[in-house]
Amino acid sequence: MVNTNGPTPDVANSQLPNSDADLAIEARNITQVFGTPGDETSVVALDNVSIEARRGELLCLIGPSGCGKSTLLNLMGGLASQSSGELLVNGGPVTGPRPDEVAFVFQESALFPWNTIIENIEVGLEFRGVPKEERWTRAREAIEAVGLGSFGNHYPGQISGGMKQRAQLARALSLQTDIILMDEPFGALDEQTRMVLGEDLSVMLSQTEKTIVFVTHSLVEAVFLADRVAIMTSLPGTIKEIIEIDEPHPRNPDFITSDKFNKLRNHLYSMLHDEIRKAVERESKLSQNPGAGDHG
Amino acid sequence: MDNRGLVRLFQFTFFAAIFGLWYGVTSTGYVSSIFLPELPVLARAFVKLIISGDWISPLQVTLYEVGCAYAISITAGTFIGFLVSRSKFSTRVFEPLFSSIFAIPLIIFYPLAMLFFGLGVGSKIALGATVSFFPIVLNTISGFSNLNPVYTRAASSMGASGFLLFKRVLLPAALPVILTGLRIGFVLCFLSIIGGETLGSLNGLGHKIVFHAESMNTAGMFTYIIFVIIIAFILNTLVLRLERKGAHYR
Repeated sequence: MVNTNGPTPDVANSQLPNSDADLAIEARNITQVFGTPGDETSVVALDNVSIEARRGELLCLIGPSGCGKSTLLNLMGGLASQSSGELLVNGGPVTGPRPDEVAFVFQESALFPWNTIIENIEVGLEFRGVPKEERWTRAREAIEAVGLGSFGNHYPGQISGGMKQRAQLARALSLQTDIILMDEPFGALDEQTRMVLGEDLSVMLSQTEKTIVFVTHSLVEAVFLADRVAIMTSLPGTIKEIIEIDEPHPRNPDFITSDKFNKLRNHLYSMLHDEIRKAVERESKLSQNPGAGDHG
Repeated sequence: MDNRGLVRLFQFTFFAAIFGLWYGVTSTGYVSSIFLPELPVLARAFVKLIISGDWISPLQVTLYEVGCAYAISITAGTFIGFLVSRSKFSTRVFEPLFSSIFAIPLIIFYPLAMLFFGLGVGSKIALGATVSFFPIVLNTISGFSNLNPVYTRAASSMGASGFLLFKRVLLPAALPVILTGLRIGFVLCFLSIIGGETLGSLNGLGHKIVFHAESMNTAGMFTYIIFVIIIAFILNTLVLRLERKGAHYR
């Protein structure tokens, strides 16, 4: 059940053949440095990270804040470029956004507030070059699919946070990409809304072949949704362990109360706990130092 | 709802009190009619002015000046503002520069404008365009440079670039702030042009106010003052409507 893929990522991945057809995303020895390398202020956000997303799976990235999980996601989506290492999406190197293959769902509402929900989805299709006649039909289908059918003409400011995230999901779905990258999509929602959205997402996933990479802070969300959970360490960000969650989709809500779920969650918790503590201590040190400088 | 009625009642009372006081001090002779005309006299003068049609020519001149000046400042302000906002460096150079010029009461350069452009419409257009350029350019810079990055990230993840990115994301995101700049610009444009007309001019509403004041015709002066107030109110309401329309989703 708990499959430990080894503490370091390079063990498993270095043996992979070049661009495996079963892999949607392959990240090899990715290092990301912010600022000038070697400079005191530079930050190593990702250090030699190797991870792959298998076709059709939901891969979850979990770790303390500042562990570079969002950075990794942005690299996968071509919204930033890595300092070194190789990143392949559908076998091809990532050099920029790939709107035909990769869609994003962001944490905060990335819906355009000046457009209605349906216009938000249509405008995404316009960016993708979908003909005008087709846009409305596809947008309609997408908002029906996420249960927002009667809110198409509302502005984002008029609907709840949970509905906004559903709308973002609809926008991602309408783009008909085979990969969706989700950056803490339910992070700003209350726990109950988040559970319902999680269940719905699990149902939707069981109906599609999409590959999803999902960044989260929530242990429950990770175990409930993911096929595999990658635990990350922070500063520098590395992959500590990858856990397999062997449970078919759609996941039954009873799964959350099962022993299996608890065991997996507890294991994740113990793996994460030390990392979170380290991260918090580092942060408090950082915030103390400038203060000490002021007095000195 | 009740509250709103109460607010209106107080506002009405405020104006009623002013006119009541005016009526009181003039009808009792406490304030001479040379300084403040009696209200019935003023009303008659106002009606006479409206009927005579003498107001058409000065109104045309003033509106022409405001129209030209505002067209210049909108074009220059939004265009330059957009260009400046495109790089962090140019924003850091020009934003403080424009801000500090905006803080100067630019009417001090009006005598210079009269030397350059004469007493006619040219000097008013120059003054109005200059004064209203600054709030427009500053708000345009701030509108385009303080965009929420998540919008541009989302847009580029969906493949948006070039003019489509500008039309669908950058412009609508910046529009509420730009429209506020346009409204402030308009108020200042109108204000400085009327001000310029009172300082030195050949025609226009401001010119008429000074002309009547200097001829000790306070009733005539007040009719034009009321006229300016009405015009300002109408134009301001229009611009405010436009601003609200542009930011309807807020």
